Amino acid sequence: MEEQKWDQPMGGFNAASRSQMAEAAAGGEESQRTLYPYVTGTSVIALKYKDGVIMACDTGASYGSTLRYKSVERIKAVGKHSLIGGSGEFSDFQEILRYLDELTLSDHMWDDGNSLGPKEIHSYLTRVMYNRRNKFDPLWNALVLGGVKMGPKGAEKYLGMVNMIGTHFEENHIATGFGNHLAIPILRAEWSEDMTFEEAVKLVEKCLLVLLYRDRSSINKFQVAKITTEGATIYPPYSLKTFWGFSHFENPAQGAVGSW
Amino acid sequence: MDSAFTASSSAVGEAPTSGEHRMGTTIVGVCYNGGVILGADSRTSTGTIRFLLDLHVLWDVLALPWVDSAWGTGNSVADLGMYVANRASDKITSLTDNVYVCRSGSAADTQVISDYVRYFLHQHTIQLGQPATVKVAANLIRLLAYQNKNMLQAGMIVGGWDKYEGGQIFSVPLGGTILKQSFAIGGSGSSYLYALLDHEWRDGMSQEEAEKFVVKAVSLAMARDGASGGVVRTVTINADGVTKNFYPGNKLPLWHEELEPHNSLLDILAGGSPDPMVQ
Repeated sequence: MEEQKWDQPMGGFNAASRSQMAEAAAGGEESQRTLYPYVTGTSVIALKYKDGVIMACDTGASYGSTLRYKSVERIKAVGKHSLIGGSGEFSDFQEILRYLDELTLSDHMWDDGNSLGPKEIHSYLTRVMYNRRNKFDPLWNALVLGGVKMGPKGAEKYLGMVNMIGTHFEENHIATGFGNHLAIPILRAEWSEDMTFEEAVKLVEKCLLVLLYRDRSSINKFQVAKITTEGATIYPPYSLKTFWGFSHFENPAQGAVGSW
Repeated sequence: MDSAFTASSSAVGEAPTSGEHRMGTTIVGVCYNGGVILGADSRTSTGTIRFLLDLHVLWDVLALPWVDSAWGTGNSVADLGMYVANRASDKITSLTDNVYVCRSGSAADTQVISDYVRYFLHQHTIQLGQPATVKVAANLIRLLAYQNKNMLQAGMIVGGWDKYEGGQIFSVPLGGTILKQSFAIGGSGSSYLYALLDHEWRDGMSQEEAEKFVVKAVSLAMARDGASGGVVRTVTINADGVTKNFYPGNKLPLWHEELEPHNSLLDILAGGSPDPMVQ
């Protein structure tokens, strides 16, 4: 990843000396440290189904505990064959999208009839994330990369993830953030090979609903996207109905004063 | 706006909720049916801790005063009590004739960012041969904010008008995210405005409606946020150019538990009211 001179517009001297001054004041820490995320997206879920890959997430970006931005697109198409979903620091996700723009542009400019598939994009992202981690300057994200590309054995589906420390793997179903704890168990129990689109959407919505109930940073506005051999489709945002009709919810104090 | 030096080193491994770092200001930007209106309060606050050590380190201005037991109480270790360095600052700064930016966070950081972006846009305009677009201006702000995120404390709202897309508002919060929105709020006072905007925001307001709305929003935030106050300034940008307005305290509406101002108690008494509690 080329570091352009543009990277230090404040003047290398001023930026370095100021942060050094601050470190001297604080008692000395290394120059480039781990930062912390400010504007963050929560879980992304994805799974392979018959025609390709389905990916879904909510359209929220939080600022600490405030649900600050409510119409944010955290899933984007990459090239012709892939979708990327990002959770974590949103500015870093936007930067990664810029890197991918450069990558897909030069891929296109080769004009050689070939185009980068999801496996290659995932590999590229893994290198980017791991190398930043090695410099102690991570991109604070968990990225989900899914896609389909025609290969010698027909349409080859691909789904993988990579996170801020460079951990990466491929799987039939992926979830980030809270989804790791709440959605993965559901996916492990109910995913099967070659689900139809309808079955896949229902399964994904089951996970999204659980996350809506139990993840404080989630909002009730979702985007589902799919990638097939025909290309990427990102559906417009929509909300899910929630269920509160348990008698115990209405009457928690029945049988015990104070409900505990 | 905070005007002391900012220490970039906070504790490593701080929880993500440290993203709630709030900045002493209220800034607002809205799109209306002809352009945009930017609004802000005018208070620049400052507070220092441990000035005994000649080490001016500004912590979160909303943090409680911090007393070091090693120095003992009664030593001048607590902060200076949030002094209002400037009660009439102008937080809406021009980047070009058609694009302005509302600044919140560190006064120094946002001033320098504005200066750099104004400089870049000036060159860009010359080379382009026509006014810069709002998107370009916002992206330059974003570039500086993102690439120097470790060192900056700047939350900005960029608003302007260009002939291609009309009025646009871009939010650039801490970290360097960029988001195009039909309205944006920022600064510590903005916490008090989320509910107001969720409740009363409508798309496609007229210029007067939008101006009234911005003034209402900023003045409500000023009523409750200690770090916001002073006057309300607005800047309206549309196809016809730029209009600046100034609303001193007496031109703002009164909110809950606020009273009509007087010159003196004596005037009230002289007003003939036997009960001084009755206005």
